[in-house]
Amino acid sequence: MKRQRIYGLMAEFDSPTTLVAAAHKTHAAGYKKIDAYSPIPIEELAEAIGFHHNGVPLVVLVGGILGCVSGYAMQWWIHTVSYPLNIGGRPLNSWPAFIVVTFEMTILFAGLAAVFGMLALNGLPMPYHPVFNVPRFAFASKDRFFLIIFSSDPMYSNTETRAFLETLQPRSISEVPG
Amino acid sequence: MDKPAPVIEPGHTFATVTDKISSIVLTRPTSVGWLIGFGIAFMLTMMLLFAISYLFVKGVGIWGVNIPIGWGFAIVNFVWWIGIGHAGTLISAILLLLRQSWRNSINRFAEAMTLFAVSCAGLFPVLHLGRPWLAYWLFPYPNTMNYWPQFRSPLVWDVFAVSTYFTISLLFWFIGLLPDLATLRDRSENRIAKIIYGMLAMGWRGSARHWARYETAYLLLAGLATPLVLSVHTVVSFDFAIGVVPGWHTAIFPPYFVAGAIYSGFAMVLMLAIPIRKIYGLEDFITERHLNNSAMVMLATGLIVAYGYGIEAFMNWYSGNRYDAFLLWNRLHGPYSFFYYMLLFCNIGLPQVLWIKRLRTNPVWLFFVSFDILVGMWLERFIIVVVSLHRDFLNSSWGMYYPTRWDWMTYVGTIGMFLAAMFLFLRILPMISIYEMRILLPEAEVEAE
Repeated sequence: MKRQRIYGLMAEFDSPTTLVAAAHKTHAAGYKKIDAYSPIPIEELAEAIGFHHNGVPLVVLVGGILGCVSGYAMQWWIHTVSYPLNIGGRPLNSWPAFIVVTFEMTILFAGLAAVFGMLALNGLPMPYHPVFNVPRFAFASKDRFFLIIFSSDPMYSNTETRAFLETLQPRSISEVPG
Repeated sequence: MDKPAPVIEPGHTFATVTDKISSIVLTRPTSVGWLIGFGIAFMLTMMLLFAISYLFVKGVGIWGVNIPIGWGFAIVNFVWWIGIGHAGTLISAILLLLRQSWRNSINRFAEAMTLFAVSCAGLFPVLHLGRPWLAYWLFPYPNTMNYWPQFRSPLVWDVFAVSTYFTISLLFWFIGLLPDLATLRDRSENRIAKIIYGMLAMGWRGSARHWARYETAYLLLAGLATPLVLSVHTVVSFDFAIGVVPGWHTAIFPPYFVAGAIYSGFAMVLMLAIPIRKIYGLEDFITERHLNNSAMVMLATGLIVAYGYGIEAFMNWYSGNRYDAFLLWNRLHGPYSFFYYMLLFCNIGLPQVLWIKRLRTNPVWLFFVSFDILVGMWLERFIIVVVSLHRDFLNSSWGMYYPTRWDWMTYVGTIGMFLAAMFLFLRILPMISIYEMRILLPEAEVEAE
């Protein structure tokens, strides 16, 4: 039989506290290609696996600026260039009247950027992922906490990495087939 | 002072919270009560479709609107519905930024309520257009007529405000659902349900990196939705305040409209929450604390609304403008005065019972007061729209407004549509945010090593 490729080794924990502690130790031991899964957002966890900055705020800022500028530019162009209406000689570029739509466009673009930017940076939608092959992983959306060391990590070796994970005292360790 | 009631009753764990909320969708059989409730709401929706079809055939002449009262039920109901929607965003965004963690158990269905209420609201101005099939002319798009919308008009501002509001509310709601859809995917026994929830969850797996970006995006969306929700009813109030009609042309309108929106929205939240927690046995998650806090929000916003009425009346006198003074006289003694007194009773009089703590935590009383506030806030919009228009500057152009059966069918029909959507939501999606409930549990804390 052809030997199946291994995607990583996954350890299961009971609580956020044990998972964060284990993630800290794994990162300190030199493993860099790791990830952790939890049913709730845990602020300390991203820090523990060495993930400090995410690109979402920048994407939202760009979206907001784009919405603001394009919202105003659209109204300016429509009312001064494309379709000027002289109403009692009032200025065509009547900016106070354009603020509301500019504001709404800023919020709209920034909001769209926040949602779709977050999804894109997370690589979603991604219906298949190797971690779903582990039957126990179904509890990652309920009450269990998982730590994975990917086989692509330079320090990874089937036996040593397993031995290392044992020292973290997880509930169980499973191989993730890829 | 007594310690406030807990947000979640003690004894719950990650597993029990997950099971309790997800089982309502996944394993609880469809009850007879649900079928009857949905059936009634569905029939009312059919009535709405009938009324709309007849409107398309005949035109707005079937409604009671006529000059001088060009804005009748359609605008009254538009403002009423969109106001109701505001509480959902307030709960989900503003209370999130203020770290009011009790909001975690009511934000999901309050956001759903926002979406459905804004959908109902959006129907009315379109139906009121006269030629509703040309509604897309309101949006700026290049066309062969060489025509563009007038961006100096509050009515075009409204199109942008309401459509942005709906879009952002939908995204906020969907993003909040994402981790819970993953939970339903993993827990569903039914293959078809698993596939559908799986597709909607988009492969969410709870990775720490994903959560970090997710939390940032969620917080930023809340920060964006907060000024947005304040702007929406402000823009709605501009529809009136920019006009010169006595009773509309006042500077108090924006804040007073926003306060009124939150006032009626919380009333609708309570009218939904009180039966839901009872029927689905969710008293552990929607506790007395939630009822009490919502009642206090209603009390506070109700007092702002009362202040708005006071300032309106004071300005009618203080401005020295005879048309403004007549407006007040007409409200108090004109043909619609009964509704003005009803409004004062419903919005200012009766809600004062909420000062009594025992009544704030009494579901029956709260339900009754919430209903009273919804009626009152509807009357407020009726007074603003109809009483201001029916007698303005020239008494040769005075008139009266009487809604027709088609007005009533359209209005009651949207209530049916709202409830039908709500029933479906309760049946197929988790009505309480599961992952945000887990965060509230003591075991979610990471203890220092």
